[in-house]
Amino acid sequence: MNRREFIKKSLATGIMSGSALTFGSFSHLFAYPHRSIFDKPFDLVAIKGGEPDVMFDTGIKSLGGMKAFIKKGQTVVVKPNIGWDTSPERAANTNPFLIKRIIKHCFEAGAKDVYVFDHTCDNWKRCYSNSGIESAAKEAGAKIVSGESEGYYQQVTIIKGKKLTDAKVHELILESDVFINVPVLKNHGSADLTISMKNLMGIVWDRGYWHRNNLHQCIADFATYRQPDLNIVDAYFVMKRNGPRGVSKEDVLTLKSQIISSDIVAADSAAAKLFGSAPEDIDHIRIANEMKIGIMDLNQLNINRIKL
Amino acid sequence: MNFLYLKRARVLISILFFISTLIIFLNINEWLTSKSASVITYLQFVPSLVKFLSVVGFSTFGFVFIIAVTFVWGRVYCSSICPLGTLQDIVSYLSRKISRKKNHFLLKPYSIIRYSILCLTIIFLISGSLFLLNLLDPFSNFGRIISNLVRPIVFYIRNFISGILESVNLFFLTPADLKNIDLISVAIGLTVLIVVVAFSYKKGRLFCNTICPVGTLLGIFSRFSIYKIAIDESTCKSCNLCERECKAGCIDKKNKVIDFSRCISCYNCFNACHSDGIVYVNTVKTNTLGQQTDNDDRRRVFIKSLLVYFASLSGLSIAQIKIIPKKESTVPVYKKFPVSPPGSQSISQFTSSCTACHLCISACPTQVLQPSFLEFGFLGMMQPRMDYYTSFCNYDCVICSEVCPTGAIKNILPEAKKLSQLGKAVFVKDNCIVYTEETTCGACSEHCPTKAVDMLEPHKNLKAPKLNNDICIGCGACEYACPTKPYKAIYVEGNPVHLVAKKPKIEKLEQKIDLKEDFPF
Repeated sequence: MNRREFIKKSLATGIMSGSALTFGSFSHLFAYPHRSIFDKPFDLVAIKGGEPDVMFDTGIKSLGGMKAFIKKGQTVVVKPNIGWDTSPERAANTNPFLIKRIIKHCFEAGAKDVYVFDHTCDNWKRCYSNSGIESAAKEAGAKIVSGESEGYYQQVTIIKGKKLTDAKVHELILESDVFINVPVLKNHGSADLTISMKNLMGIVWDRGYWHRNNLHQCIADFATYRQPDLNIVDAYFVMKRNGPRGVSKEDVLTLKSQIISSDIVAADSAAAKLFGSAPEDIDHIRIANEMKIGIMDLNQLNINRIKL
Repeated sequence: MNFLYLKRARVLISILFFISTLIIFLNINEWLTSKSASVITYLQFVPSLVKFLSVVGFSTFGFVFIIAVTFVWGRVYCSSICPLGTLQDIVSYLSRKISRKKNHFLLKPYSIIRYSILCLTIIFLISGSLFLLNLLDPFSNFGRIISNLVRPIVFYIRNFISGILESVNLFFLTPADLKNIDLISVAIGLTVLIVVVAFSYKKGRLFCNTICPVGTLLGIFSRFSIYKIAIDESTCKSCNLCERECKAGCIDKKNKVIDFSRCISCYNCFNACHSDGIVYVNTVKTNTLGQQTDNDDRRRVFIKSLLVYFASLSGLSIAQIKIIPKKESTVPVYKKFPVSPPGSQSISQFTSSCTACHLCISACPTQVLQPSFLEFGFLGMMQPRMDYYTSFCNYDCVICSEVCPTGAIKNILPEAKKLSQLGKAVFVKDNCIVYTEETTCGACSEHCPTKAVDMLEPHKNLKAPKLNNDICIGCGACEYACPTKPYKAIYVEGNPVHLVAKKPKIEKLEQKIDLKEDFPF
């Protein structure tokens, strides 16, 4: 689709939906009546040059604030990457300052409860505490929940899955109204890169199955199950090699960036480019695009690029 | 003279030791800290003695203190400090509440049995095996009972309560699963528990005076105690009340003699006596007390039976581990050596100092420490090993080395531990997903803290694991993470003697970041 076609199509859609509106009161269908429906909202926001929490403030504002995603009284689950027993500057886990700020926004938007959990790789208590996420989340008022007990996980069917047709998923994902995915962008020995889709591996019980059955396909398959309402990719510190655990601080670059999108494939595609990889070279992003889980081609998207 | 406060003090101290020991072995929600454990276990006789045999220092003098106390006042350890002793007291206290049988009575000394067991234990110890000591040590037995029997039940209850709390949105009590329950240790723990409960239900402290080698040994020392409990014939009214209260069954009211080698210094008799007939006597000053005669020692019998025993066991001890296939089998994995915990220095050092109390198993946050079966040989049964099928060793964690009361796992600093090579990874190409399925995997490399296994080996358009064993520390993360079934494609072969790994090479990344630059999209 080139630009001209795009304008034509969007005009046509606009006219059609506009004329449709004349037939009845459709305004309640739109969460934001104050915004003209002819204003195309941003599909993706990329921010650069600020602290993690400040970048998030700016980014979420341009998407209409957290209120665009959370209604009053809803429960929210925030899923960072807390996979490893390492300190925040090692960048194996999501930045705790970002998590803290996200939780704050959730409560300001009227969330009833905010839960934070991950099914960690290293010992979960050490991961939670040494990543700094446990204290950050608690300070912000969220509830820290374990992902360590199999009792939390419930069997679900992944209808659109090709290799992965069922999985045991953490009950918080099944029960919460809003699901916010907060991965950290880093190099990954198995999945090449770990971003939003790969981060969902931390909400299932048996990860070994994925490794045995074509990892990239399984990652894409699982993204068809429940897409997060929002993906916030932390690219402040970025582990460039030896991922996903990293060996030392020397594996980390300070990119001071962040990507926010509801489209999980778009978020991963943009993050991959930020990392310096072509999204189509990352198998699970390519497969997810082919499965139409989201849009890999960033040219099709309305991107807000913010430099602080 | 007023001795009545003695019993109260004894009860208080024994409850303190019992509860604190119980807490460290239960280790619910990882409350156990290395400091608390070392304070609580300091006075435990066998761990301290075993530690002394390998590390001499102030940290190992607990047993010396116990011996000194025994030489002064008798077997105070048995009634006040030993957790298994207190467990028996609780049982016999309850038995007297429940059953009609209200009284204790004089018991035979069974000297042949008790000295035989003690001698056998010592012979084993001298020959370098802790086997019998491990089986009989009251502290380790108590530890195993709590760690293997009670802890799973407490975990289950805790998870149940936490489930209820979480359903009403309270998340402070976190559930956690026990990854493995070792049936051998459960069976042995249960057997010991049944024996101990049965003995104490029926006959008070008979277990301590016939089977427990610590009781027998301290009993020998207590024959020479300065202060002994005795019957004061001038005030005794032969009312029999003291004998009825004597858990050890060592008061012979007829002859007005107390067998102090079997007296556990519980001080019940002081409180039972209405006429000040029971007294602590300074035997250095007054030398009028009756002593019992020893039984002949049966050294020859021990040596004979010992020879038979060793001969029959030597075959068993070379048993290997074979992981039994469940589904499709690929290349079977045989391990020559088990992996001993970080800080244990070598398998032989470890097996010759570990009393299998399982405190490290309770303490281990990742549950990688599991009781062994035949991995350390038959004589090393139940001594903990690194079980990489169940879990893997946390890179920065040294808690097992801090809590170990016997010095089998010696104190090791985290920085030294990160280079302590417990074993080396072995790669089985024909089991690996990258070769068998020809899809991406890399679970091993993901988990490796040093990148000793890295996805560097090209295979078609994929990358397969490549090992650099110089920097492998044998933590087992790769083996645990490897998803192949039933045999792993990567496993850790234990180092009989721990080696020092090289530090992973750390090169600086060229950081060329221009934050003013445009986004790459």
